[in-house]
Amino acid sequence: MVAVAMPEALPGTSPAPVPLPKAETRDLSFFYGTFRALQNIDMAIHERRVTALIGPSGCGKSTFLRCFNRMHDLYPGNRYEGEIRLFPDDTNLLDPHVDPIEVRMRISMVFQKANPFPKSIFENVAYGLRVRGVKRRVTLDEKVEEALRDAALWDEVKDRLGQLAFNLSGGQQQRLCIARALATDPEMLLFDEPTSALDPIATASIEELITELKNRVTILIVTHNMQQAARVSDYTAYMYLGRLIEFGRTDAIFIKPMRKETEDYITGRFG
Amino acid sequence: MSDSSVRLQEIRALIAAHKRWDIIFGVVGLLALMVGVLTFAALFIEMVIQGLPRLSWDFFTSFPSRKPDQAGILSAWIGSILVMVVTALAAVPLGVGAAVYLEEYAPKNWMTDLIEINVTNLAGVPSIIYGLLALGLFVYQFGLGQSILTAGLTLALLILPVVIVTTREAIRSIPGAIREGAYALGATKWQTTSDHILPYARGGILTGVIIGMSRAIGETAPVITIGALTFIAFLPPAPVQGEFPFLSFEWIMSPFTVMPIQMFNWTSRPEAAFQQNAAAAGLVLVIMTLSMNALAIYLRYRLRKKIKW
Repeated sequence: MVAVAMPEALPGTSPAPVPLPKAETRDLSFFYGTFRALQNIDMAIHERRVTALIGPSGCGKSTFLRCFNRMHDLYPGNRYEGEIRLFPDDTNLLDPHVDPIEVRMRISMVFQKANPFPKSIFENVAYGLRVRGVKRRVTLDEKVEEALRDAALWDEVKDRLGQLAFNLSGGQQQRLCIARALATDPEMLLFDEPTSALDPIATASIEELITELKNRVTILIVTHNMQQAARVSDYTAYMYLGRLIEFGRTDAIFIKPMRKETEDYITGRFG
Repeated sequence: MSDSSVRLQEIRALIAAHKRWDIIFGVVGLLALMVGVLTFAALFIEMVIQGLPRLSWDFFTSFPSRKPDQAGILSAWIGSILVMVVTALAAVPLGVGAAVYLEEYAPKNWMTDLIEINVTNLAGVPSIIYGLLALGLFVYQFGLGQSILTAGLTLALLILPVVIVTTREAIRSIPGAIREGAYALGATKWQTTSDHILPYARGGILTGVIIGMSRAIGETAPVITIGALTFIAFLPPAPVQGEFPFLSFEWIMSPFTVMPIQMFNWTSRPEAAFQQNAAAAGLVLVIMTLSMNALAIYLRYRLRKKIKW
């Protein structure tokens, strides 16, 4: 069912070493009540790589993403089937005995629309640390600065850390949310269409940031913008109607997709 | 040519006919509005004319008396304030706790639906019913007596639905994205509630509490039912004292009277001079209520301005 393009199969690209998987979904299905939104998905998320999820609206890519931090547990009537294995400890994230809070402490998320708390810039970034019981001022200061530097926001906000986060521009707010997600050193970072509400310049800065971040954290990103997937990701998954249609290296998928549906979507004949 | 001018005249006549209804409704609506506004204005002005001459420093610092020109509202306004303190201390934690539970914790099923409907309906229960309930429960069953504590708890029960409903509305106006943001960082329900939901809903909660209190301060029936005295010429023991341990809670069990009961007492006297006293006390009560509502509006405005979703 799922076509996998092997990196070696593509002439003209140097065969990169196949990285270790950070996570694997095994026969993953998801139900909103009785509606089956995801159908038996098997997919690997490679460590310290960017994996993009593309597909038309309603194809289940956001639903798939939100399985990784058990966000669906917040609402009644939702049900998972199958497994998501997180490595190196080989924990099944969907195991009912695994606390969703533990999962969310390991895997951070950045949302479609920047959602800073109505608190100061500092408190926004520090909140993940406070949740984990960090109280020492020195540690908080250090971690907040580090996270803001990693999110390329430090120089813009270092003189006004006490100001309300709502005073920042849209792009800055989204980078603040990235800093908030980074402050707790997550193993994996989920992006749910992070630039869909931003102008092209802010989008470019977020994309640049994602490219830099992949050196230290595994990234899974949902995007409805195919150029964005092509620019930032190493691997791309094309989803349609809750199924994974094709998964492979991004260059392979975009230059020579193996399935016709993928090609139709990428070339704009569909979707 | 003449054809089109005839058509134009027809259209104009039609519009004029239709517009008559605009004017008619405008007049009817204005009249309807004026009935309400003017009635209140007339009452208020009458009260001001009658009561204002009686308002003096002595009026606030004197106990009630058989001589109308020496009578004052000292025991009444102090009683009202003390009862309101008990009401607030009881209604805020109970109401906010119940609202947070219903919004953030309770599973959504027929049981919580039933509770929701009942809470809303409780707001419509006549206040004297609360008085009867309190007489049986607080006065006789718990033996709290005809005290400030009983009155405060009774009025707290009375305004609980208002506090619950406004708190829930305040909580619901917080976008789901903020909740998800907190949960996504690994926060528990309680961390999300105490670090985000409650602080951001603070303005709405405060408004609800003050509006509830402004209703409670004017309530007469339940307070009479539990047996508040209509003539009290002494003050409850002071809460703050000169010697250790400085704080005293004796006042909480003291007999008391409140503003509306003092008014009720005076209006039932035959002498015209007491009617003046009643008008003066009424004026004070209306000003207390209006200023509480004004405070609620101001706080809502201030706290809303800081948080824009």
